[in-house]
Amino acid sequence: MVKNPSSYVPPRVPTVDEVGVKERAAEFASRSIKKAAKVEGLKLVVRMMDLTTLEGSDTPGKVLQLCQKARHPIHGFDDVPPVAAVCVYPPLVKPAKAALEGTDIKVAAVATYFPSGQADLADRLDEVRRTVADGADEIDMVISRGDFLAGHYGKIFDEVAATAEACKPAHLKVILEVGELQTFDKVRLASQIAIDAGADFIKTSTGKIPSAASVPVTLVMLETIRDHFLKTGKMVGMKPAGGIREAKDALRYLVMVKETLGDAWLSPDWFRFGASSLLNDVLMQIVKEKTGRYQSHRYFSVS
Amino acid sequence: MSAQPELRVEREGQPKKAVDLLFGDLWGYAPAPESTGPVRFEKRYGHFIDGEFVAGDKWFASVNPATEEPLVEVAEADEAMVDRAVQSSRKAYDKYWKKMKGSERAKYIFRIARMIQERARELAILESMDGGKPIKESRDIDVPLAAAHFFYYAGWADKLEYAFPGGKPQPIGVAGQIIPWNFPLLMAAWKLAPALAAGNCCVLKPAETTPLTAMKLAEILQEADLPPGVVNIVNGFGRTGAAIVNHADVDKIAFTGSTDVGKIIQRALAGTKKRLTLELGGKGANIIFEDAPIDQAVEGIIDGIFFNQGHVCCAGSRLLVEESVAETVIRKLGHRIQTLRVGDPLDKNTDVGAINSKPQLEKIQELVDSGVDQGAQKHQSRCDLPAKGYFFRPTFFTDVSPSHRIAQEEIFGPVLSVMTFRTPEEAIERANNTPYGLSAGIWSDKGSKLFKIAGAMQAGVIWGNTFNKFDPTSPFGGYKESGFGREGGRHGLLPYLEIG
Amino acid sequence: MATAPTRVPVKKTYKLYIGGAFPRSEGGHYLVVKDHKGAFVANVCRATRKDFRGAMVAARKAQAPWAARSAFNRGQILYRMAEMLEGRAAVFERLLAELHGYSASEAQAEVGAAVDRLVYYAGWCDKVTQVFGNTNPVASQHFNFSFIEPTGVVAAVAPKTAPLLGLVSVMAPLISIGNAAIVMVTPDNAVVAIELAEALATSDLPGGVVNLLTALWEDVGSYVSGHMDLDAFFGVGLSSEEQKAIQVSAAESVKRTKFVDDASPAEWRQESRQSPYWILPFTETKTAWHPMGS
Repeated sequence: MVKNPSSYVPPRVPTVDEVGVKERAAEFASRSIKKAAKVEGLKLVVRMMDLTTLEGSDTPGKVLQLCQKARHPIHGFDDVPPVAAVCVYPPLVKPAKAALEGTDIKVAAVATYFPSGQADLADRLDEVRRTVADGADEIDMVISRGDFLAGHYGKIFDEVAATAEACKPAHLKVILEVGELQTFDKVRLASQIAIDAGADFIKTSTGKIPSAASVPVTLVMLETIRDHFLKTGKMVGMKPAGGIREAKDALRYLVMVKETLGDAWLSPDWFRFGASSLLNDVLMQIVKEKTGRYQSHRYFSVS
Repeated sequence: MSAQPELRVEREGQPKKAVDLLFGDLWGYAPAPESTGPVRFEKRYGHFIDGEFVAGDKWFASVNPATEEPLVEVAEADEAMVDRAVQSSRKAYDKYWKKMKGSERAKYIFRIARMIQERARELAILESMDGGKPIKESRDIDVPLAAAHFFYYAGWADKLEYAFPGGKPQPIGVAGQIIPWNFPLLMAAWKLAPALAAGNCCVLKPAETTPLTAMKLAEILQEADLPPGVVNIVNGFGRTGAAIVNHADVDKIAFTGSTDVGKIIQRALAGTKKRLTLELGGKGANIIFEDAPIDQAVEGIIDGIFFNQGHVCCAGSRLLVEESVAETVIRKLGHRIQTLRVGDPLDKNTDVGAINSKPQLEKIQELVDSGVDQGAQKHQSRCDLPAKGYFFRPTFFTDVSPSHRIAQEEIFGPVLSVMTFRTPEEAIERANNTPYGLSAGIWSDKGSKLFKIAGAMQAGVIWGNTFNKFDPTSPFGGYKESGFGREGGRHGLLPYLEIG
Repeated sequence: MATAPTRVPVKKTYKLYIGGAFPRSEGGHYLVVKDHKGAFVANVCRATRKDFRGAMVAARKAQAPWAARSAFNRGQILYRMAEMLEGRAAVFERLLAELHGYSASEAQAEVGAAVDRLVYYAGWCDKVTQVFGNTNPVASQHFNFSFIEPTGVVAAVAPKTAPLLGLVSVMAPLISIGNAAIVMVTPDNAVVAIELAEALATSDLPGGVVNLLTALWEDVGSYVSGHMDLDAFFGVGLSSEEQKAIQVSAAESVKRTKFVDDASPAEWRQESRQSPYWILPFTETKTAWHPMGS
């Protein structure tokens, strides 16, 4: 609970031209990534992946299978690395943590009454603390979109700051749910507020509404990160999530990171993909590049 | 993956900042060359006269600027050949074209548009080989736009009486059309499409360094069964152009090229009844206000000056930035030029291709040297350039004063001059302080200001919060010494019609 | 002279019309105007190249504010000019008859046509940009529109025939869209021209929008089209040699030029001698693009 709202003044952020952003995004999509560059890129995508399951029907058993897939994405291709993290609901952090013991794979949990965030701040913070206590390395929180759209920017700042405090020592990823913010101007502002309030990562979406990550919206967020870095020297990470299902799409994101933020962000420490079905498509493409044969889903485990 | 190299903006004589972005090759793109396998072209091209390819007797080589190797030999048309072309056009005009119903004429032009679309990939590859422009531009911009121009104007052919109220539009006759090397096929389309739709016949002369796609277009005209002589194409240098300009039986000249040559043509036509349109040089201002969408503005600046290696008459070659955001914009530009990929025009990831010719490269170098000599601060991408071929690093200058040559003269290369301003009035004054008047860019989130500045610009094309956009429906052309007449849109028909 | 007149009439001095004022020529030279029977009428200023230079400065100064006025306002002012001319119809009819040998009915027809021509172009002021402008349906997510603007300062040579109507027919299309005009008038037509200038000076037309120089073409011709600050040239009734010389020097700064043959007074009265296509050559088409997004 924030008893004394801070005197936070919402930052002035540059306006964003929608058409211009989309044009730039289309340029990334037109890069031709072939052969060795493609294989290297796809392996990097695997290393950057937050392999995710966020279903009401999730069970410890399903999470164990997912963790197995996270450790060894595909048999017979030893050079395919493990993923960055497994992303689950809070009650499944413990089994995930156990299943990943001895690996560098992180356990990320969506807390703060994901995906709606509709709960008292105190309850949200409690959930965060419990989840971190259960062993979560990373917390993916949601902002209160209602408050944001109503212009209560100070409240958003305070809540993110409080969550950042509560989740220590875990890393905090702040989900803006860009599909509900709708405009790029709002995304830019929300990104800056989240960063100012102490986000380690900013993240596009919950994956629970149809409008999720896109190259243009991610570009706006990357540009916020870039400007913040150049101003303060502080690096912030980026996680597009939801709707990224094909290897080809993932490579476009990598191209965008490379050409917007440069080499330093081409690392799982600073860029993640939140995805569930992307991994198999990436694996199929890697296998195709290595064998020269187009692949079939029947040869790739579903989890 | 290789080690991270230190790659930063090179600002001569300035200490590097500690916090900076590194654009290295931690993850590099593999070469992605467009396959030239399916592309066929002759070793030699003569001219396209009366529906047939005819040989010449004097030949010259068109060089691939990315390799410095001769690509194709082309004939140089003398006065007799030009006369043959003009006579053929005159005959075709009298015999077929002026008698044909507009709706029938239209179908030929539609047919040409479709056939360009069908052969788009081949045309794009040839355009990049012959002229040095990146394949992604010839593929995504030049060729599709060329087809779109034919498609757009085709539909006008039977609707001319709706274009100019109260007039009784009639074709002029034979149009002589002289086009430049920066957008070879697209400029041919800009010239031919409205002329044919308006009912004229044409004698077209491509630039001597980029004849190839015009010859392929001639093949298309042949395959489209366009009546012989409706379009004749002659190759050659300025002498050939002069022969067209001075031919007594040409009724109209349309020229795109340098202001110097435009003036020569205007003088040459003095005292004749020939109609004239000129699309000449520019020194476009790109004005960035502090309330601009800055990141999109940076893209607009990049597109404005590095699109087609800066070989663009409407390039935004003078950047005017409001002082309060100048440092930010310049820093972003410094980063952005590091991610421009300079090299093989046929590589699908190339952003900046080859400079069109050796003399053009020398001219760019000379002007850049003058910028340094006159005290401007040079910033340049550190990219590697191919060992062979005519290439130039993306460059911008700060500390430029309006009197510097780089602020006044059209460089026609990947070189930007950055200046600052403090008030809208100052921006307007500086932007208009040039004999040219082709294009201007204005970046601001404030609509009211944008409209005011757009109104005050003495330039024919104003891009608000965007730059270097082209469309067949959109008129293009200059104020002042950037020429007169418009190409594109309804206005683009006017130069090819007698309104009566 | 058999008997002295009961009253000696006051003879009028005809000066130039530059920047809304009536200065004498800086050169101090004059030309004698005679009537159609060869009798002395008046001495008029013989404008020099420096007078033209002065007119250029005045026109340049006046042009942007004139163009910046609303089209509605320009239309009202052209209409006001018509009103002033109508009010002075008798004066012009008398001058056309006495000086130029018009019959009464011809004089009446020319003055009436001149008034009507001003009304015609007054009406175009706020329509010509609509007729020749449009939105363009570009294939990208942009709003794109084209509109015409005045080209700037235009020098014109008025016809030798139809001293009043010819001058009005040249001047009115130029200024209707917002150009400023410097019109060279042959000395034979000077009296009518300067009478017209006086009518203009008392209408609401801002000084400098129209400038009238009574000049011999051989005095000023080569300086006019070569002036680097001039944007366009509109010549009526010039020989092909004169046209050629103008075009050659016009090329120095890529000026726009338009030439029209002179015609008989009766032909000048015809509707074919008025058209928005006489406005169009002295305009520039500006096309503006803007993204459409949120």
